[in-house]
Amino acid sequence: MDVRPSPEQQALRDSAAQVVDRLGPQAVGQLDDQERASKLDAAVAASGWRELRVEMEDGAPLASGVETMIVAEELGRGLGDVSFLGPTLAAELRRLAGAPPSPTVETVALAVDLSSLACSVSGDRQPAVAIDVQGSSRALLLVPGPDGHVLAQTDLHSAGAGLDLTRPSAVLGPPLAVAPVEAAVRTLAPDDLTRWTALGLSLTCADLVGTMRGAVELGRTYATQRRQYEASIGSFQAVQHMLADALVLTEGARSATLHAAWAVDARAPGEALAAAAAAKAYSARAARDVCETVIQVHGGIGNTWECLAHVYLRRALLSSGILGDVGVNLARVLSHRGIGGDDGLR
Amino acid sequence: MMDFGDSPEESEFRSRLRAWLQENNPGLHSSTGDEYRAGAAAWHQSLYDAGFFGMSWSKEIGGQGLPTVYEVIVDEELAAAGAPARPSLGYLVQGILAHGNDDIQRRFLPGIVNGRDRWCQGFSEPDAGSDLASLRTRADRQGDEYVITGHKVWTSYSDDAEWCLVLARTDHEVAKHRGISAFAVPMHQPGIEQRPLRMINGMTKEFGEVLFDGARVPVSNMIGEPGEGWRLAMTVVSHEREPGELGFVARYGKIVNDLTRKVRDDPAAFGAEQVRDLGWAMVEVEMLRLHVSRRLSDRLNGITHGPEGSIDKLLMTWVEQAVGHAALAIGGIDNVGGDDTWLNTYLYSRAQSVMGGTSQIQRNLVASRILGLPSS
Repeated sequence: MDVRPSPEQQALRDSAAQVVDRLGPQAVGQLDDQERASKLDAAVAASGWRELRVEMEDGAPLASGVETMIVAEELGRGLGDVSFLGPTLAAELRRLAGAPPSPTVETVALAVDLSSLACSVSGDRQPAVAIDVQGSSRALLLVPGPDGHVLAQTDLHSAGAGLDLTRPSAVLGPPLAVAPVEAAVRTLAPDDLTRWTALGLSLTCADLVGTMRGAVELGRTYATQRRQYEASIGSFQAVQHMLADALVLTEGARSATLHAAWAVDARAPGEALAAAAAAKAYSARAARDVCETVIQVHGGIGNTWECLAHVYLRRALLSSGILGDVGVNLARVLSHRGIGGDDGLR
Repeated sequence: MMDFGDSPEESEFRSRLRAWLQENNPGLHSSTGDEYRAGAAAWHQSLYDAGFFGMSWSKEIGGQGLPTVYEVIVDEELAAAGAPARPSLGYLVQGILAHGNDDIQRRFLPGIVNGRDRWCQGFSEPDAGSDLASLRTRADRQGDEYVITGHKVWTSYSDDAEWCLVLARTDHEVAKHRGISAFAVPMHQPGIEQRPLRMINGMTKEFGEVLFDGARVPVSNMIGEPGEGWRLAMTVVSHEREPGELGFVARYGKIVNDLTRKVRDDPAAFGAEQVRDLGWAMVEVEMLRLHVSRRLSDRLNGITHGPEGSIDKLLMTWVEQAVGHAALAIGGIDNVGGDDTWLNTYLYSRAQSVMGGTSQIQRNLVASRILGLPSS
């Protein structure tokens, strides 16, 4: 056991951090700066980070769950308003179905409660939700087939919106216009979907960890600068203890997430899902606490639209919901230990 | 390459330990009660004799000379087997390694590691708790000896101990942090009075008061230089904050495994809220196991303890108290007049946010030394 990052992994982190620090939004007003956002999108496209899970000749992904985690974490930390999670999960679906990589950016569609990949049954009146839709013209989902789930796609027509100001979602249907992905050569077995879910959960954990790191830094900076009673508020023990707790939660989430990201490829699907579910329950609960703390540290300012604190909270809330919130993942953890039957996967 | 899995050597070690545990698990209850304490010395000897204690310490002092990550494997296997945790002595060993001269190390470390000599730690006093540097116990030189006078409290396991690591003031003229020295004081002598204290879970073997009234210690038992006591204390408490040093992951893991079995055996007896508390305990213990793996891996770079110990102490505290809440929820309240083991496990968990430096102090340290927030 040696869980230190390799030099290559450290270099990847540095490079992702550099891109998002240079081109990510530094203030709420910059979220509307299309020129900046386009440059960020172009930089991410050029980096190849969205293709980390495409299939190599031996069928394995180009990079492991750990590399994808590293990029997701840095994008979360810098509030990167650029698609990554959706395209990465779409690439993983194509790999599992034996379909060639998509030449254009595409994302995935989830069930309307976000807890699982959408599965469209014909005549179904359920809508679906495409996540992280920026730049995508299409979302992947499942349709039932005679021997397992078949990979399918649906076109996107909206730019998306939603609670997260950095990663828009789009409601699809009902009804959904769905067509099979013709190049797919395999159906998706339950084990495939379990591993895919483990990857998705560990990426949302990574995003939450990054979001917490960014939020703590925002709060720390404000507490150092803001003065009351002729002292910076960061010198007051009450404020110090809130920020200390926020940092400690972030570090705990980081350790659990590191393991989840490793387990995606290194462990059997059920083990990988259990690892990811534990990390997700921990990280989702922690992230809400941490972002709320950072709003509180900002006082009245923290309750204004112009303060970035709510942008972190919103991003954390969406990441928390994707592929199951705290309750769903606690149930998965318990189920893995033989308590309760439902592993939360449908 | 980042890898939570076992190397071939680690895997071989894990199998060997697992097989040994099948034959040698003393089956003590997971809670830290008097019964547990009574069996702890024999457990220590047994682990040591089989080569499963002090994995990362040097062979000269009785350790196994292996990388620190072997401690994680030991903790994982102890928890999986439902065996008691390993003895929590690492902080004492680290303190003596960092500050004791060769003579001190040779005389004392092997006995600590092999379990022949039991030690307690005389740091806190009635008027020196979080503000440890204001301690008033004094050591006055008389020829080749120091004479110790003072009052120590929260001295864990003092009534079993042969030795006490005592902090005492040897210089009253300098700033309070600089006038403290550390001593290895033999406990079995006139001039030392023991007063056990009863904890909120009824346990009497852990907490104690120790009164020193003219106790004697040879000058050669001073650990470090005169005035080095404060630095030694900081070394010791910083290791006392590290779950990897303490082996607590095994203790928590065993409690959660026992509670899980209880629910699996009779699922209908437990409501959603109770099971939810157990679910959180599982998540917290798993997080801590992984966090310890991360910290012990960092040590492969030669990184040792720093202010991050305060992060680890707070995490460990939250884990222990979540485990305590699960014990309360699953086994703690519906046993009027019967077995109060789980209630006592819960009650014991409240001490974790106080011992080894309160959570308030840890937060102060995180704020000032890691977040860099200004002092008030």
